[in-house]
Amino acid sequence: MSALDAGAALPRRRMEILPALTPLIVALVAAPFIGSPSTFVTLTAAGLAMGMMIFTMASGLTLVFGMMDVLNFGHGAFIALGAYVATLVLLPLAGWSSANSLALNLAVFVLAVLAAALVCGAVGWAFERLIVKPVYGQHLRQILATIGGSIIAEQLLYALFGPERIPVALPTTFQGSIVLGEAAIEKYRLLATLVGLAVFAGEMLILNRTKIGLLIRAGVENREMVEALGYRVDRLFVGVFMAGSALAGLGGAMMALYRGLVHATIGGEFLVLCFIVIIIGGLGSVGGSFVGAILVALIANYAGFLAPKLALVSNIMAMVVVLLWRPRGLYPVSGR
Amino acid sequence: MSAVLSLEGVHTHIGRYHILQGVDFDAPAGRTTMLLGRNGAGKTTALRTVMGLWRVSKGRIALGETPLQNMTASDVARLGVGYAPETMAVFSDLSVKENLVLGARSGALNAARLDWIFGFFPALKRFWLSRAGSLSGGQKQMLSIARAIVEPRELLLIDEPTKGLAPAIVGSLIACLKEIKATDVTILLVEQNFRVAREVGDEVRVMDNGRIVHRGAMAELAADEALQNRLLGLSLDSHQ
Repeated sequence: MSALDAGAALPRRRMEILPALTPLIVALVAAPFIGSPSTFVTLTAAGLAMGMMIFTMASGLTLVFGMMDVLNFGHGAFIALGAYVATLVLLPLAGWSSANSLALNLAVFVLAVLAAALVCGAVGWAFERLIVKPVYGQHLRQILATIGGSIIAEQLLYALFGPERIPVALPTTFQGSIVLGEAAIEKYRLLATLVGLAVFAGEMLILNRTKIGLLIRAGVENREMVEALGYRVDRLFVGVFMAGSALAGLGGAMMALYRGLVHATIGGEFLVLCFIVIIIGGLGSVGGSFVGAILVALIANYAGFLAPKLALVSNIMAMVVVLLWRPRGLYPVSGR
Repeated sequence: MSAVLSLEGVHTHIGRYHILQGVDFDAPAGRTTMLLGRNGAGKTTALRTVMGLWRVSKGRIALGETPLQNMTASDVARLGVGYAPETMAVFSDLSVKENLVLGARSGALNAARLDWIFGFFPALKRFWLSRAGSLSGGQKQMLSIARAIVEPRELLLIDEPTKGLAPAIVGSLIACLKEIKATDVTILLVEQNFRVAREVGDEVRVMDNGRIVHRGAMAELAADEALQNRLLGLSLDSHQ
């Protein structure tokens, strides 16, 4: 055996479990204080649904930041755009939405969220080419350019749709709650949780089982080396940016339906939360964002119930505590 | 002997620093050309410039008849240039297998070629599904070189493969480099370790202050201690 071959067998790739368990730990700690099991179940289900929607929005941001090193403060514009696009699909198809038919209700929902994702992906392509590409590698300019782009997008939405909040009705099937014992869980929250889980599963599948995913993971760690292996990183960047924008649009559409109201400021509201989630998760880590989003949403829900004033700062406090424990986030990416 | 790689009057600036100041040299086909010189002479910059990772300010680089000086790194790699950087640059969060899959840009991993690589880098087979980040320094270097040769290349650029490695590991790496060399691939190898240079190199180019100050056969330089002292400031024998 040569010296190069020496050494004991190394462990196979293994994921750290403890960071993934933090939402469970938070839930177990909160449960005795909440007291009522039905309230606990309702709060937890709501937290999971909110977490899944935040994850859908934030996962695109973490990929864009992780791989492209782009601080995209325009991400919120895609959340708002997705909300409006979904509304534009839902309003003319109000008949499908109000029909007492699961098939029609599901069809209009799928059409709305798909349209939101596709339009945002397409606009994301233009945003990357016009606004982001000229400022690659220049963080200060990125912040200025993407904030500028975001302001323009928000004002365009005001100009097109007016400043009023537009009401959006949930399809009939997804209205109301399912009662489990004494706990009531909104049907739409279950749907949002399922969609978020599907998005997570899809992203993990692509990242871990396809060559494109492999390139994205490698690019997050070392873009230059990916290029030196013969891959056109600039094209990959465009694709990642479009995917990130599409995910923001999908999340925005889901959130608009959840709130029942659409307004251009919805993007700005959730942008800060998205940044908190990707920092907690570890910049560039989709798995970290998934755990971070659930963690943030559960803490916000439990804090809102137990100490409403604390809920105002719960996200920031969660971030501080996580960073004190793991300064590079729950699942740091090498090279970041 | 035809040159696979040639540089003519190549200048490279990094920020306000003028690193390469008119570099002229070639790497003959099927030979291993050593690029030697003191720290800061511009060897790594020369390799990175050939690879398209630094922009050429002035001058010409050609792979055969194809000009490289305006190409991106991905275009250069697509012409059949493999690159193992000084930093190894293995993807730590990816497995050994995934690192090699990325190296095989044009398709799936070739089983016969993998077996050939495992023949001199057996650790890579053993740690196939391990995170690259958990490998030792020597094993990371193996992976970096293996990734560069996982597909047949016309030209291999290898930057200080023995840097920071223990002497026992350096010996093994020399054997590996000789295996690769036996395939008649053209290699441009930056190295500080004279023992490696003497054992592996056919040709030598010596750099100083961003210029080539000597070109010739490696055996001639190895045999001429006075020349070594003049060019490199160090005796070859003191680095056995």
